Amino acid sequence: MTLAAGTELATAANEHLANISNTLIYSAMAVYTLAFFTYIAEWIFGSRSKIGRTAAALTPGAAKSKGAPAVTVTKAGGTAVLERPKVVVRSAAGARDVPDGPGAHGGDEQGDLYGRIAISLTVLAFLIHLGGVVARAASVERAPWGNMYEFNITFSTVAVGVYLTLLALKKNIRWLGLFLITTVLLDLGIAVTVLYTASDQLVPALHSYWLYIHVSTAILCGAVFYVGAVGTLLYLFKDSYETKLENGGTPGRFATSFLERLPASSSLDKFSYRINAAVFPLWTFTIIAGAIWAESAWGRYWGWDPKETWAFITWVAYACYLHARATAGWKGRKAAYLALIAFGCWLFNYYGVNIFVSGKHSYAGV
Amino acid sequence: MSVTSKAGRTDTSPERTEDQDLGAAGSQLSTAPKEDQPNLPSLGVIGWARWFWRQLTSMRVALLLLLLLSVGAIPGSLIPQTGIDETKVADFRKAHTFLAPVYDRLGLFHVYSSVWFSAIYVLLFVSLVGCIIPRSWQFVGQLRGRPPGAPKRLTRLPAYTTWRTETEPEQVREAALALLKKRRFRAHQAGDAVAAEKGYLREVGNLAFHIALIVMLIAFAAGQLFKSEGNKLIVEGDGFSNTLISYDDFKSGNLFTNDDLVPFSFTLDKFTGTYEASGPNKGTPRIFQAALTYSQGAYGKDKKDLVKVNEPLEIGDAKVYLTAHGYAPVVTVRDGKGNVVYRDAVPLLPLDSNVTSTGVAKVLDGYKNAKGVSEQLGISAFLLPTYTKGSETASSFPALNNPVLNLTPYHGDLGVDSGIPQSVYQLDKAHMKDFKDSKGAQLRENLKPGETMKLPNGAGSITYDGTKQWANFQVVQQAGTDWALGGSLVAIFGLAGSLFIQRRRVWVRATRGADGVTVVEMAGLGRSESAKVPEELGDLAGILYDRAPGAPEPDEASTTDASTTDDAPVDDAPAVASPDQDDTATPDPKVVPAEGAETK
Repeated sequence: MTLAAGTELATAANEHLANISNTLIYSAMAVYTLAFFTYIAEWIFGSRSKIGRTAAALTPGAAKSKGAPAVTVTKAGGTAVLERPKVVVRSAAGARDVPDGPGAHGGDEQGDLYGRIAISLTVLAFLIHLGGVVARAASVERAPWGNMYEFNITFSTVAVGVYLTLLALKKNIRWLGLFLITTVLLDLGIAVTVLYTASDQLVPALHSYWLYIHVSTAILCGAVFYVGAVGTLLYLFKDSYETKLENGGTPGRFATSFLERLPASSSLDKFSYRINAAVFPLWTFTIIAGAIWAESAWGRYWGWDPKETWAFITWVAYACYLHARATAGWKGRKAAYLALIAFGCWLFNYYGVNIFVSGKHSYAGV
Repeated sequence: MSVTSKAGRTDTSPERTEDQDLGAAGSQLSTAPKEDQPNLPSLGVIGWARWFWRQLTSMRVALLLLLLLSVGAIPGSLIPQTGIDETKVADFRKAHTFLAPVYDRLGLFHVYSSVWFSAIYVLLFVSLVGCIIPRSWQFVGQLRGRPPGAPKRLTRLPAYTTWRTETEPEQVREAALALLKKRRFRAHQAGDAVAAEKGYLREVGNLAFHIALIVMLIAFAAGQLFKSEGNKLIVEGDGFSNTLISYDDFKSGNLFTNDDLVPFSFTLDKFTGTYEASGPNKGTPRIFQAALTYSQGAYGKDKKDLVKVNEPLEIGDAKVYLTAHGYAPVVTVRDGKGNVVYRDAVPLLPLDSNVTSTGVAKVLDGYKNAKGVSEQLGISAFLLPTYTKGSETASSFPALNNPVLNLTPYHGDLGVDSGIPQSVYQLDKAHMKDFKDSKGAQLRENLKPGETMKLPNGAGSITYDGTKQWANFQVVQQAGTDWALGGSLVAIFGLAGSLFIQRRRVWVRATRGADGVTVVEMAGLGRSESAKVPEELGDLAGILYDRAPGAPEPDEASTTDASTTDDAPVDDAPAVASPDQDDTATPDPKVVPAEGAETK
């Protein structure tokens, strides 16, 4: 009798926590929406300033310096004070020499202000969002990734977390803000409308500490792959813009205003390569952790279950991308397409396999 | 502006031009194969074989094979596979009479063991081996050799710095050598310069990763060939010994022999299943566990253990997994004289998540009907573990809260002697007749535990004594698992090493200038995305600068030649231009006109 009463109390507390979690998720969505509009404001105000660094660097007639040896600027004066040596960097032969864009605000002060407000709002929304995920975890007394709803809300938290961490590390990544928040809103929207599942316990098959290891790394990989994919996509746009300029074309006004403010295509490409390369070993680990778990849960470490197969396909696709970047004739755009395909495979593995294909991972609770 | 950019145009090959520029300095910074232009082979078998081998081991073909592998894996995830679910394949065959034969020809029902899929990965791995072996030799050669000497014009390297100092050139070189060695570079003095290299672990990691892939493939193949996998359903209280005939079904790899079965036996003492009692997920399983008593070998001691869903029992090379469970009502059948002719637990198969179950009790011999004639009995059983009034055909909860057993007896010939294999869960009614109740309708009755139903006209009785549980165990023996695990761990670390470690070279040249002042030049070269190369060079330059402090400039430098002067008074520490800081720190001459073009 006492035991039953205790259980009921616990259940009530859990439902209370679950409600708190829901409220927090909705609040986070509201703040993300505010952040979204503020990012838009940043882009709009930024369009007032007409910066044409890329155009200036690439338009025929402008200072052509491709492939020429780098030159050190020697400044006169200051002979008495001995300065330390400065390292000169020289880009590889054949590479475009294009400066990075100034970011969404385009050097406009008001735009910059809005951008900063947007980031503050993102931080606030992130904290609320994180609170929602933690409350959800507390309400179910386990890791918050037992079904697709929980996976989605955790996934977007981690994606925003990755963005804010890179910002905190002073990486040149502010340009990602608008694209990221748009996706996060979409992701949360799908989560609360289509995927919502009341908080509950897990089936015995999921009672394993590997749940914490395997799924958390899968989420982290997905979030980082996503950031890499946005970089790759923008690289493709920026690269065609630069190519057009180089060939003497005049890109449209919108493209100019938008793409001028992004980093140079080579920076974007390098950014996404680093992101993808950094997380690829972790993805490998995720698959192997899954295999170890499968070995103890299902009696085999690899059985070509659809989820396993698509994890493998994703892995091979990213391996293709990494190899392509080291293969003549595949660098640049072709490799970038491979990176996008690879991320598409990851997405399909998450949504497609859960929804359209039935397999041993089907308890994920669509 | 940017450091190195291999991501430039696709139509040029930056490395190659770079390598040509730098001569030996840039050579062998990696063991990556040179990209040969495909050229037509000379005639003859050897020529063709050689050409084929070169193509196969080229990066381009390896890349294509990788792509093919990922594309080839897709159909197996969308089309039912015999290796995963045979019944789904059978359903598919019934539903698609046109497609099924086509799929059969293409091996699409067993993609991962099909000829074409095997061909892709075998070619890929041959290509891999053909790539790895020469690279390993080459790498050993590089380890035994020394870093190449400084190129003539250090200014052409991706990262470069220089200053003038009063310190003697020999002292500068000695200091540089000591510094680089302390930083764990492999360094030596060659001519007027110190040559150093670091990051060999990148290549070690790269080779280790690819070798680990081969180990994993072999382990996986061995695992498939020597694998055995059998299923056995066991009712509480019953035992099992690990021999081929004990299994309900058994699959094994081509090289598996029955002697490979680990000798052990066990008894299922008790199965425990608990379920969520209330809330939105009422009925969801919470705990599944089976308590076993097992012994290893013919005369092993009895040991007890719990087997759970994620925690198999390991006995030698064999693992015992708990894969399913259900109920087995204990039924007693008596003939007209009251003799017990059958008493057994009848395992029933679950139909839904609330474990509504169905099955058959078959009384093969010993039963005589009211006339004293031997007959067989078949009793269709239908169990609702939790019966709720109003829901007559389905259980409302998976646990045994209010079990009701519905029995429909038949008599006649079960047909088990016909030679055709028969399911123990199904009744072949071809030669069976039903019993009629007093109203002339087919006899069927709902029983609660302890209740008995009478067969009409003194044909006997059937008693539902109670319910046991059964558990299904999968016994798996798989070879090579440890190798696969070891290989995958090496693969992860190798991969991390090959992606995170930079292999780079640093040269420090110290020469006496025309005016007697020593000119120090430092340059760095990395193979890969090398934002860190200039940073590190700046770091090293800063330390070396402290040991060989700068000398005043000669007269006002009127030149922009990088090799003579550079003391732009911007930062106090050696400023480093990395792409991330481009906007702020570096006064890049090429940017200036662009920014001047700003209009506001």
